[in-house]
Amino acid sequence: MERIPILQMGEFLLVTIQVDMHDQLALNLQEDLTDRISRTSARGVLIDISALDMVDSFIGRMIASISGLSRIMDAETMVVGMQPAVAITLVELGLTLPGVSTALNVERGMQVLRKRVAGR
Amino acid sequence: MATLQGSTLEAIKNNQDQLLDQWINSLESNGATRNLKEHELRQQTSGFLQLLANGLQQADDATGNAEEVRRFLEKLSASRAQLGHDSHQTAYFIFALKGPLFSLLQRVYADQPALLAEQLLVVSELLDSLGMHTVRAYQITREAVIRRQQEELLELSTPVVKLWDGVLALPLIGTLDSQRSQTVMESLLQRIVDTGAEIAIIDITGVPTVDTLVAQHLLKTVTAIRLMGADCIISGVRPQIAQTIVHLGLDLSSITTKANLADALKLAIKRLDVGDSARG
Repeated sequence: MERIPILQMGEFLLVTIQVDMHDQLALNLQEDLTDRISRTSARGVLIDISALDMVDSFIGRMIASISGLSRIMDAETMVVGMQPAVAITLVELGLTLPGVSTALNVERGMQVLRKRVAGR
Repeated sequence: MATLQGSTLEAIKNNQDQLLDQWINSLESNGATRNLKEHELRQQTSGFLQLLANGLQQADDATGNAEEVRRFLEKLSASRAQLGHDSHQTAYFIFALKGPLFSLLQRVYADQPALLAEQLLVVSELLDSLGMHTVRAYQITREAVIRRQQEELLELSTPVVKLWDGVLALPLIGTLDSQRSQTVMESLLQRIVDTGAEIAIIDITGVPTVDTLVAQHLLKTVTAIRLMGADCIISGVRPQIAQTIVHLGLDLSSITTKANLADALKLAIKRLDVGDSARG
């Protein structure tokens, strides 16, 4: 079964989405990620979607819900590297993703994550 | 259907100079020669008459669908459109030929009224169709000019400038409509990706009115910028605009707004410093 790899970097998990997201893949990712967070007790999750150039409302909602449920499991979540076209599409779809933290790229996202985790 | 008689053609060919003079006179008296040089006009008219006579000779049907004549007219109306002539003046180039041509025919067929009527009808139809063709070609050229200008205007109106290290500014001037705000949004987001800027300032000092639609576009842009992981400040909110926004009951509470660009820049630098020291 197709899966999106989840990499562990210290106390953070890094997810880079490099293939076209389809619905089942997103659902798998959601399951795998929650599983990994609980196993590794990660403090932060970084989701890199810079390679994603197309989204629909379902994927948009999945991004929001993944970020919401990792926060419930006590892991700060950052969505990084969103492409302009994706951002415009999400806004046009009315998915403004309130409560999702964003950053321009992985490096910036990591900086912010470190800061937040240190502050807790 | 009535056809053009050989004798009509003969008459046109033999009286070209006279026709030309009368035609140019008629054009000049109607102001259809604005911005045109004398020799240019003479060249165009004689060129057309030559082509017309040849075209009529070659074409089997009386409508004279000679490709060459049409191409000539297309080129002519394109140049007229660029010179700023209106459609009336351009079409008049053809219609002004009617008078001289008709009086010529009258003279040629003075003793054959039936033939005269028939030939007049044929020539009139021919000139009408050519005139219509000219207007159509003129319109196509004008539309192309307008389209190009619109595109240029769109490009001109969205300059994204780098104001500070990590701070981009977009001074908006003129009314925002949906197409323009789309271009604005796209170019700003692209620049954010290219430069990795953390804060974007949209300055609306030059936007004359802010209505619900414009406010909605601004909100969308700000949200898209936030989704990409950057920050956005709106600056240059004039007192009248602030009043309109409040009167309309628009909720801009999710956006940071500043009265002028200087304040916005100050805030942006402060935010950058805070971020750096926290990271350091």
